[in-house]
Amino acid sequence: MIRDALLLQLGYNATLVTLGATLLGMAAGVGGTFLFLRKRALVSDAISHATLPGVALAFMVMVTLGGTGRNLVGLLTGAALSAAVGLLLVSWLGTRTRLAEDAAIGSVLSVFFGFGIVLLTVIQTMSAGQQAGLEGFLLGSTAGMLRSDAMVIAVSAALTLALVMLMRRPLTLASFDPEYAVSIGQDVRRTDLAMMGLVLAVTVVGLKIVGLILIVALLIIPPVTARFWTERTDHVVMISGAVGGLSAYVGAALSAAIPAVPTGPIIVLVGFALFALSLLVAPGRGVVSALARHRTHQRRVHLRQGLLAMAQGQPIYENMTLRLLHRQGWARPDGVPTELGRGRAARALRDESRWRVIRSDPAFEAATAQDDGLTDIETVLTADQLAEVDARIPSAEVVA
Amino acid sequence: MNGAEFVPLSLVPLLTGICVAVACALPGNFLVLRRQALIGDAISHVVLPGIVVAFLIGGTVSTLPMLLGAAGAAVIAVGAIEAVRRLGRIETGAAMGVVFTTMFAGGVLLLEQSDTSSVHLDVEHALYGNLESLIWLDATGWSSLLDPQALASLPVELPRMAATLLLVAAFIALFWRPLKISTFDEGFARTIGLRTSPLGLALVIMAAIAAVAAFDAVGSIIVIAMFICPPAAARLMTNRLEHQVAWSVGFATLAAVMGYVLAGYGPLWIGMQDSVSAAGMIATVSGVILAVTALVGPHRLRGSAAPVG
Repeated sequence: MIRDALLLQLGYNATLVTLGATLLGMAAGVGGTFLFLRKRALVSDAISHATLPGVALAFMVMVTLGGTGRNLVGLLTGAALSAAVGLLLVSWLGTRTRLAEDAAIGSVLSVFFGFGIVLLTVIQTMSAGQQAGLEGFLLGSTAGMLRSDAMVIAVSAALTLALVMLMRRPLTLASFDPEYAVSIGQDVRRTDLAMMGLVLAVTVVGLKIVGLILIVALLIIPPVTARFWTERTDHVVMISGAVGGLSAYVGAALSAAIPAVPTGPIIVLVGFALFALSLLVAPGRGVVSALARHRTHQRRVHLRQGLLAMAQGQPIYENMTLRLLHRQGWARPDGVPTELGRGRAARALRDESRWRVIRSDPAFEAATAQDDGLTDIETVLTADQLAEVDARIPSAEVVA
Repeated sequence: MNGAEFVPLSLVPLLTGICVAVACALPGNFLVLRRQALIGDAISHVVLPGIVVAFLIGGTVSTLPMLLGAAGAAVIAVGAIEAVRRLGRIETGAAMGVVFTTMFAGGVLLLEQSDTSSVHLDVEHALYGNLESLIWLDATGWSSLLDPQALASLPVELPRMAATLLLVAAFIALFWRPLKISTFDEGFARTIGLRTSPLGLALVIMAAIAAVAAFDAVGSIIVIAMFICPPAAARLMTNRLEHQVAWSVGFATLAAVMGYVLAGYGPLWIGMQDSVSAAGMIATVSGVILAVTALVGPHRLRGSAAPVG
């Protein structure tokens, strides 16, 4: 069953929804990257919660006009309108009053959602219209979706993705280097507005699939995940789109296969699994690689200090240093240096003396910048320079 | 309306609502000033998985294990946010977004996959609670307040919320000076020897306690609203922290009372038969209060000078 779902064998509607979710996930991943780079990730939380009153009002209006209130396009239009109002209020509170942006986000989010809940309880008491299904907007539900709705979702997700891809360049520029963008004549405020418009589109299209509480995850988790793998903005954008698309695809397919599970939570958990994996194993920024780097550095420090101690005839008590020296064959387990170890120790001491000489000479300022107590001076200076330095080492310090 | 009707039906929800509002608004003042306003948002989302896990382990909907589960989840969330932020070198907002959505998603999945049909535990309840259901069955009128037998059947949410309010208020009163100094000038607070990070953590824990206790009675949405809206509105009224806290308590009480009354009786006034969600209405009223202060509050603009004296 799960295999069938992943291979899109569960019927036309499920396939359409899964494809729509994948496109939406890619659009969210790409769009979310700019939000993340501008450090405004949580604005999307306010936008998504602000859709609820719009959905409820649209339902009420449609029922009053004599419909069943189930027209998805109508509901999504309502959602987009109230989300836009919420977005404007966030930016108004953040710029025109002295409240910080987080307070503006939190107040808009909670008040709009609270008002939406009030409207939902009003709808529950209405006799007309088919109100079942409105709750699906909270957590996303794609089960038993009408073909026309699936169509709407697939097409609008594709449009959103196309829009994001079209606007990729100015958005990248504005989020990576806003000052430069201004200097070449780009209107950064308009770009920001466009970015928010994109986020709004992703949110509204994603309402039925992911639900308004969790759509923010689809905008945040992919870029954060992508950031682990690369330092380049254009690569972050692409990886983030791939992560978003993959999470949404796997999540939507699984939820089509397992009955009675809302779609949104599965998509979010798949995305989080990708995030956790990246946090652990990504090269460079991942935890495992950071640990390995730390161990290597630690080893170098211990070996160096051990050699210097040996060269100066001081006893070594530190267990890790002893173990490392022994493993290198530079010392016996009790810390007495071997023949090889004595040679290395003398070299380490000479290295220190050479560093001391060039540290006191401004002519070597550039080379001194690389002095971290570990780097071999022979990798920094040329043979001629070394000979010059050696000539200046006080003879009392010369070992060997 | 007379006492025979008001006391059993409306007194307890009203008082509980006020306690929740004030208990959340008090720490909210400091969270808003420290730009940590969204911590309330994060905490109230992660309470759900905590409660569900507690239910799955304990098998019953009893209060203490659920409170413990919720508190445990809040602590795990704070730790996880910090871990993601440090390990991944990610800004706090995004780290919070990753952690709380994931934990909430996990909670929803657990809830949907486990058999909770026999008990009153679902996502909607977690989001917007049920303030109206706190009915004091044995009360017959105002005299019941002095009747030990009737008091024994008082819904447990009210005394619990009152105790939480006392605890939060005591914490703020006790640590008033350190909190104030470290909120406005953390560097200075450190130079005079205050330990600012344990203090900040204690504040977040207090907020979590308020959120968890409130959550059971009123759901999470009102908790977020009360953490942010009354303090934010109060911030636009004054430049002095003492006055801000006082304003926020006033606004929170006003929102709770007006919200409850409007939800219960408002629909009747305009000719509808049923009441609407009290929690939602309280959040809405707090938003209206914030909107009014944002339009006319004397200190609504950035950089408005402090009054001399």
